[in-house]
Amino acid sequence: MDNLETKPIGPSDQKLMEINMGPQHPATHGVLRLVLQLDGETVIKCTPVIGYLHTGIEKTMENKTYLQALTCTDRIDYLGPMLNNFAYSLAVEKLFELDVPPKAQWARICLAELTRLNSHLVWLGTHALDIGAMTMFFYTFREREVLLKLFEDCSGQRMMTSYIIPGGLYYDLPPDFDKSIRIILETFPSRIDEYEDLLTNNQIWINRTKGVGVISPEDAIGYGLTGPTLRGSGVNYDVRKANPYSGYEKFDFEVPLGSNCDCYDRYLCRVAELRQSLRIIRQAIDGLPDGPFRSENRKFVLPPKFDVFTSMEAMIHHFKLVAHGMIPPAKGEAYVPIESGKGELGFYIVSDGTKKPYRVKVRPPCFINLAAIHKMVEGRLIADVIAVIGSIDIVLGEVDR
Amino acid sequence: MVSFLKTVIKAIPVGLSVTFKNIFRKPTTLEYPEVKPDLSPQYRGLHYLARYDNGEERCVCCGLCAAACPADCIYMEPYENERGERKARIYIINEIRCIFCGYCEEACPEEAIFLGKEFEFSKYEIPDFIYSKEMLLGNFDRIEMERRKKLGMEFIRKTRFDFRMPTPSIGDSESSIEK
Repeated sequence: MDNLETKPIGPSDQKLMEINMGPQHPATHGVLRLVLQLDGETVIKCTPVIGYLHTGIEKTMENKTYLQALTCTDRIDYLGPMLNNFAYSLAVEKLFELDVPPKAQWARICLAELTRLNSHLVWLGTHALDIGAMTMFFYTFREREVLLKLFEDCSGQRMMTSYIIPGGLYYDLPPDFDKSIRIILETFPSRIDEYEDLLTNNQIWINRTKGVGVISPEDAIGYGLTGPTLRGSGVNYDVRKANPYSGYEKFDFEVPLGSNCDCYDRYLCRVAELRQSLRIIRQAIDGLPDGPFRSENRKFVLPPKFDVFTSMEAMIHHFKLVAHGMIPPAKGEAYVPIESGKGELGFYIVSDGTKKPYRVKVRPPCFINLAAIHKMVEGRLIADVIAVIGSIDIVLGEVDR
Repeated sequence: MVSFLKTVIKAIPVGLSVTFKNIFRKPTTLEYPEVKPDLSPQYRGLHYLARYDNGEERCVCCGLCAAACPADCIYMEPYENERGERKARIYIINEIRCIFCGYCEEACPEEAIFLGKEFEFSKYEIPDFIYSKEMLLGNFDRIEMERRKKLGMEFIRKTRFDFRMPTPSIGDSESSIEK
């Protein structure tokens, strides 16, 4: 066993073992490598090693026009593609001072919350699978299939949607959008009850997660954690409430908080968030207005296909926009944070006035949440590392970018 | 001991009841190669180049799809045909580079390129994935043939765009596609 690298560290009476967890370990959600120093089964030191999935997405985006770069955002956090599209679009809209029609705004919130459901369902399935509750995985993925089908109806792809574009939506909403959402709203609450039946009072689940991966609110703030990982520690910070974007201030929802700062509270927070997301979706679909799905600003946003064939002006704008890309009105920079499934996600875009962004910086929630893992696992058993990785909800595509 | 009793009396029956309920639910899985998945009308799959009713290709090689493509997978070279029309001499899509975002069909001003519903086009050799113009037109012919077999089937892309130019109608027997 060469890769185990068994070697004594420190004084001879204290025999520590250094082992690699990952990058091929199935419970590390991809290609995360954790270098663990173990004393027996107790973790003394934990060092995450990342970069195995580095694809240079930020640099790729700088070499594409603003609309083309949107397709790269799907691939950052591949479990929440619409949230990435949303964050990027908001930043670009701020840079271009674009208006978004109300229908697009409401539909975006609806889709963003559906994506949050999708992201949390994958998290719940894989987190439970890692700890040993295998059945959950099949149930959550069954429900996720419904959401992916809806994304396919909207955008044409199940995962790489590229649906929310700067200025509105890429296509109009499908005709049976309302009906599909109503079905989801009807079926999902009872399904979430089922998940809770399986896990919340399950003694094995409680033993594996309660008191595991504790991070104090001070530490959580100090490490810059966001999302349910932070709220599990009882810190009330949700970008949707603290800094509302795209009309979130009109929606009535609660921010679930934990109190024990452990994996179990983070689990409760996320499950409560599933319900809150459904609540937001219900409000969004009830109030979904009619109107254009894309901004009427022809200088920056592609005209609808019908206009291209009927109006000369739209045709000219279409050619200009496709061939030259969207050229920002002025040099500048923009950053808009949103609450993604994992935490605060933001795109910082610097423009030098040309058709391509000068710099795109992603503020990924997973990367920053992962940086605090040593605080949660040191002094605990090696089996708890798996529970903690699951409860942080990392996506390595976003960590490495 | 208390927790053990709680587990035996409460948690296990509750959990098992969920499992029991799910025995009677309809399975969501498909026996894939035999049963094909039901794709939505918007699905973005393998490209095809559309033709006019008389069998001529629609593409005029304007290059907008190549300009819009984020993956740079489209290459084309124009020529002038005997009637002085601009057409594509070479039109290549590298389906391995393609990310199936659908920007090309959004960019196309001639309603020439579309993403079809085909997703099973695996091959043994990488060069086989470089689709020439003839192959892409062939994709369209195949779809069109199939569509004629099932009369009344909607044209694939009808739901997405509100087109000005009607796409080839169904009952056209004079079309040169069969020739």
